[in-house]
Amino acid sequence: MKRESKEYYEKIAAKIRVDVIRAIYHAGSGHPGGSLSAADIITALYFGEMNIDPKDPKMAGRDKFVLSKGHAVPAQYAALGERGFYPVEDMMTLRKLGSKFQGHANMHYVPGIEMSTGSLGQGFSASVGMALAGKMDQSAGRVYVLLGDGELEEGIVWEAAMAARQYKLDNLTAFVDWNKLQIDGRNEDVMNVSPIDEKFKAFGWHVISVNGHDFDQLFAAIDEAKATKGVPTCVICDTIKGKGVDFMEDQAGWHGKAPSEEEAKKAVEQLGGEW
Amino acid sequence: MADIATRIAYGEFLVEEAKKNDRLVVLDADLSKSTKTADFAAQNKGRFFDMGIAEQNMMGVAAGLALSGKIVCASTFAMFAAGRAFEIIRNSIGYTHANVKICATHAGITVGEDGASHQTFEDLALMRTIPGMTVVNPSDAASAKLLLSQAVNDIDGPCYIRLGRAAVPVFYDESSDLKIGKGNQLRPGTDVTVIATGIMVASAMEAASELAEEGIDVRVIDMHTIKPIDEEIIVRAAQETGKIVTAEEHSVIGGLGGAVAEVTARLCPCRIEMVGQHDTFGESGKPAELRDKYGMTAKDIVAAVREIY
Repeated sequence: MKRESKEYYEKIAAKIRVDVIRAIYHAGSGHPGGSLSAADIITALYFGEMNIDPKDPKMAGRDKFVLSKGHAVPAQYAALGERGFYPVEDMMTLRKLGSKFQGHANMHYVPGIEMSTGSLGQGFSASVGMALAGKMDQSAGRVYVLLGDGELEEGIVWEAAMAARQYKLDNLTAFVDWNKLQIDGRNEDVMNVSPIDEKFKAFGWHVISVNGHDFDQLFAAIDEAKATKGVPTCVICDTIKGKGVDFMEDQAGWHGKAPSEEEAKKAVEQLGGEW
Repeated sequence: MADIATRIAYGEFLVEEAKKNDRLVVLDADLSKSTKTADFAAQNKGRFFDMGIAEQNMMGVAAGLALSGKIVCASTFAMFAAGRAFEIIRNSIGYTHANVKICATHAGITVGEDGASHQTFEDLALMRTIPGMTVVNPSDAASAKLLLSQAVNDIDGPCYIRLGRAAVPVFYDESSDLKIGKGNQLRPGTDVTVIATGIMVASAMEAASELAEEGIDVRVIDMHTIKPIDEEIIVRAAQETGKIVTAEEHSVIGGLGGAVAEVTARLCPCRIEMVGQHDTFGESGKPAELRDKYGMTAKDIVAAVREIY
């Protein structure tokens, strides 16, 4: 896929962040912190890399993205909307009774969602299964999966990491949204997950560390992962929880809390959007 | 005919099915010699994957494969499938309605010498609470093959198939008319109905013969499908015989007994006695010794029928 300028992706990511804030504000609950930290990674994949077709969401041979940190799904809903899978306004029913846009995604309700996630670690396991199927079918499509850093505390993550290496799934790229915060506080205080890079290396993965808000670095990592043969790649993305909204940045308290109207307005303005 | 374990039938089924079904993929968790997936593995390299001692991930990987178009049989001991991996089965397989067949072996007390840590009496109860999950518990090797074939070929969605370690009598054959979701009446009777599942079906038939000599006319139903449960055959039994004994190699809490009682309580209340594991853990021993000690034999069914008659 031909890549645009860095500014082009930054604009899209800003739109996605605005959509996230608006949707969570209307919902009255949700997870802004981790949605904002992951927005650039998700933008890079949906707008600068993945071979997908909004008119044919089940296209054979497509690339697949699994959001294993399922609570950040507002960012994925926004990306799919901005990418043309449905009108973005549809997601403003987020978390409301009868909405297709569940608090954590249901793959059967929303086109473009490859896996129902929400229970941490399981999306990663499923992505290993999808990559294994891709190998069996000699599919050109790659599998991308995004994990949270707190999510790495789940044992199943390391079971999946072992299996991906065992079966040489070089068609699988995992991103870690390393924003250093989880519900109860800083990772190192709650349950230290560091060093993440050394852990994945010890599990036999190719590891790349990038600034998760820098599109040049993200694309370089995506390309390096594609060129890496015989082992899966993990891209550790150094990110800021709540990125783009000053009063949310690096605050564990914004993990799972909706903004008030005043806060939402302020956040949207900071992101260059219209309220 | 010699006794055969249902897990042996499973192993043979996989080998036969592999020849005609190129969507079939098998996963195991380092127990392929015990679960009997080893022959499939040897003959079908490239569509067998050992996931190692990591049952949770095996279920997640099974979901990913199934959602990519494969039909996946995922095998380990029932304790570690339904027990350890419950929440992955619930969320990644159940909630997505993935086409995964959880073929769980070594269920119940007849796992024997390995003892309580490996003897699951909870799996049917756990699995039947998951929306959209079909739960099957074959009673012998021949019916295991028939029901496995239906689960793989006729059901596009998750199934839990309970298989055993111990060799048990074979009383069906490949022409038997069995269908997932339909209980099978093996013996007519008008006094009491014994609704049995799994290895307790053979015991129920034995019990019925013994009771016939005392003049008690016992109907026997093989309830090989725990979910969806055959309400019609239960209601008919309740109406026509008025009394029901359930028999399972599983806890009487939440399994076949619970499922039958849910139906009769709503549609045709009647007296029920339950033969099964009564809210206790097992222990090491020979399968026959354990069945005797924990009350899951033909004589326990006889006693329950006499109690209720």
